[in-house]
Amino acid sequence: MALLEIDDITKHYGTHQVLSGLSLSVNEHEVVCLIGPSGCGKSSLLRCINRLEETSSGEIRVHGERITGEGVDLDRLRRDIGIVFQAYNLFPHMTVLRNTILAPMTLLGQSCAEATDRAMALLERVGLAHKAHDYPDRLSGGQQQRVAIVRALMMNPMLLLLDEITSALDPELVAEVLDLVRDLAAGGMTMILATHEMGFAREVSDRVCFLYQGQVHEEGTPAEIFGAPRQEKTRAFLRDLVKAGRL
Amino acid sequence: MALTMTETVRVPRPVHIHRLRSALSVLVALATSGLIAFSILRIVAYAYRQGNGLEIAVVAALFALLSAYVVLLGARAVALSARAGRAVEIHHARELGAQASLRSWNALAWSCALLIATGLAWLLVLNDAAVSRTFFDLALIRNSSGEILSAFTTNIVIFAVSVVLILVWALVIAIARTLPGDAGRPLRLMATAYCDLFRGLPSVITIYLIGFGLPLTNLPLVSALSSSTYAIIALTLTYGAYTSEIYRAGIEGVHHSLIAAARSLGFSHAMTLRHVVIPIALRNIVPPLMNDCISLQKDTALVSVIGTIDAFNQSKIIAANNFNLSAVTTVAILFVAITIPQARLVDRLTQRAQRRRRAGGA
Ligand SMILES: Nc1ncnc2c1ncn2[C@@H]1O[C@H](COP(=O)(O)OP(=O)(O)OP(=O)(O)O)[C@@H](O)[C@H]1O
Ligand SMILES: [Mg+2]
Repeated sequence: MALLEIDDITKHYGTHQVLSGLSLSVNEHEVVCLIGPSGCGKSSLLRCINRLEETSSGEIRVHGERITGEGVDLDRLRRDIGIVFQAYNLFPHMTVLRNTILAPMTLLGQSCAEATDRAMALLERVGLAHKAHDYPDRLSGGQQQRVAIVRALMMNPMLLLLDEITSALDPELVAEVLDLVRDLAAGGMTMILATHEMGFAREVSDRVCFLYQGQVHEEGTPAEIFGAPRQEKTRAFLRDLVKAGRL
Repeated sequence: MALTMTETVRVPRPVHIHRLRSALSVLVALATSGLIAFSILRIVAYAYRQGNGLEIAVVAALFALLSAYVVLLGARAVALSARAGRAVEIHHARELGAQASLRSWNALAWSCALLIATGLAWLLVLNDAAVSRTFFDLALIRNSSGEILSAFTTNIVIFAVSVVLILVWALVIAIARTLPGDAGRPLRLMATAYCDLFRGLPSVITIYLIGFGLPLTNLPLVSALSSSTYAIIALTLTYGAYTSEIYRAGIEGVHHSLIAAARSLGFSHAMTLRHVVIPIALRNIVPPLMNDCISLQKDTALVSVIGTIDAFNQSKIIAANNFNLSAVTTVAILFVAITIPQARLVDRLTQRAQRRRRAGGA
């Protein structure tokens, strides 16, 4: 059974329809990339999956269990589905270490030592162990973003949503994050990434979904989508990217 | 820029030597000194007749020194201006002229300040020193200060207890006012009504109603409290409403993306408030909270309307016995003295917060 099933969801902001009958299913250990023009609803879809936004209709299931509608323990759900945002949202009044251990300590009941060990190991892996006791405003954007990923990983999510995590990074840092994401994929982490970095999408994903007019317009392996897109809209989108020198 | 300079260098440009300004400054300085000399003679002579010549003599000496300094400044300005006029080298002349101007402005500003101070001094001694006698009877201030200081502890106790209660109570109200959703509405509405009521009600009326009203109710517990306690209750209710608004502004000022980050980790609304929103809000609202604190201190004097023997009431008693308000002056000095350091602290904190915000925005 798929880990995540999105079944014909719609989403309105007032009268503006962002998602219109979108369906998608993601298997365990799969890495899915969402691509599409700016404003096509990638962020909205991700925010609907962990219920930061409400869907207007349709159903989302995790392990076959409905998570849309009423009677869902949202705090519980969000512990299992991590999200890292476009803009890094580290808590400015806590050190890097504290940012990463707060949630596992208060929500998962881990001891301070246990959480700290884990956090330091992860920070080491992203090359930021030496910043553990600094406040976020002393870190570069790229460093903050890596801490944000560590913070999400500390909750051992079964699904990780990454919303344009590389768009704020310097080119050399993109590579580091790419490594980290590849590591996570190799470790079996299920992930959905929204991204404008097509090289990144092509390299890291098992499947690429092109979003257009609030639907998954075309999906396939990176080779299929980037090599031989079937839909005219997908081709146009990719053509524009090539023109802009981004592919 | 550099290019235009070289182009225009051949055109002779006037050098400002500020002759007029310097002359004016020295004239004003001389006039001020003359006025001060005259005032000193008259006032010291008067004070001597009254028997407290020594204190006045010290102040007079200070005034004399300052006026001499002002005249010197003016003279120096004139001298610099003259040298500027004689200088051969144009840059040197400009430099001297600028110095002359600076000295002139200094002399004028000091003259102005001294004139105001002299005017105030005259106000104190005019009409057979009616003002000083009424407000600044030094002997009475000295003699009453012991009693007033001990009564001032009442103000301090009222302040200290209220401030703690207010900080907690206002937070409760602020949280109630920011409760989310439909379920939060009843409490949200009640908290809003409370704030509207007590922000509109003048604190002196609240104190009056509670201090005289509760004892009349014969209710158990609340009808037999000390008047200080009533004052504390009234001040807490009044300031709770104000302070909750400050908290609320702080809470609503926390960026929504931080709240989304906390919620997406699985924190509940309450946990997000506790670990993220309130700590961040508190850091931003320290300066306005401190301002609130200062006005609370001052408002402890309002408790005198319900008969609490605080410093103000004590001083009024002394004033009535002596037909003289100098004891009240003592209280005034006390209040001002404890407020000034706090006001400076608020300034510092505000500056620091501004710097931090600028650094954050960059
Ligand atoms: N809170 C909101 N209120 C109203 N409209 C919104 C809101 N959030 C997003 N939208 C609109 O929904 C549409 C989809 O936004 P979304 O952020 O999901 O796009 P996106 O695909 O992530 O774009 P980008 O690639 O630029 O991040 C946009 O047209 C946007 O203007
Ligand atoms: Mg987006």
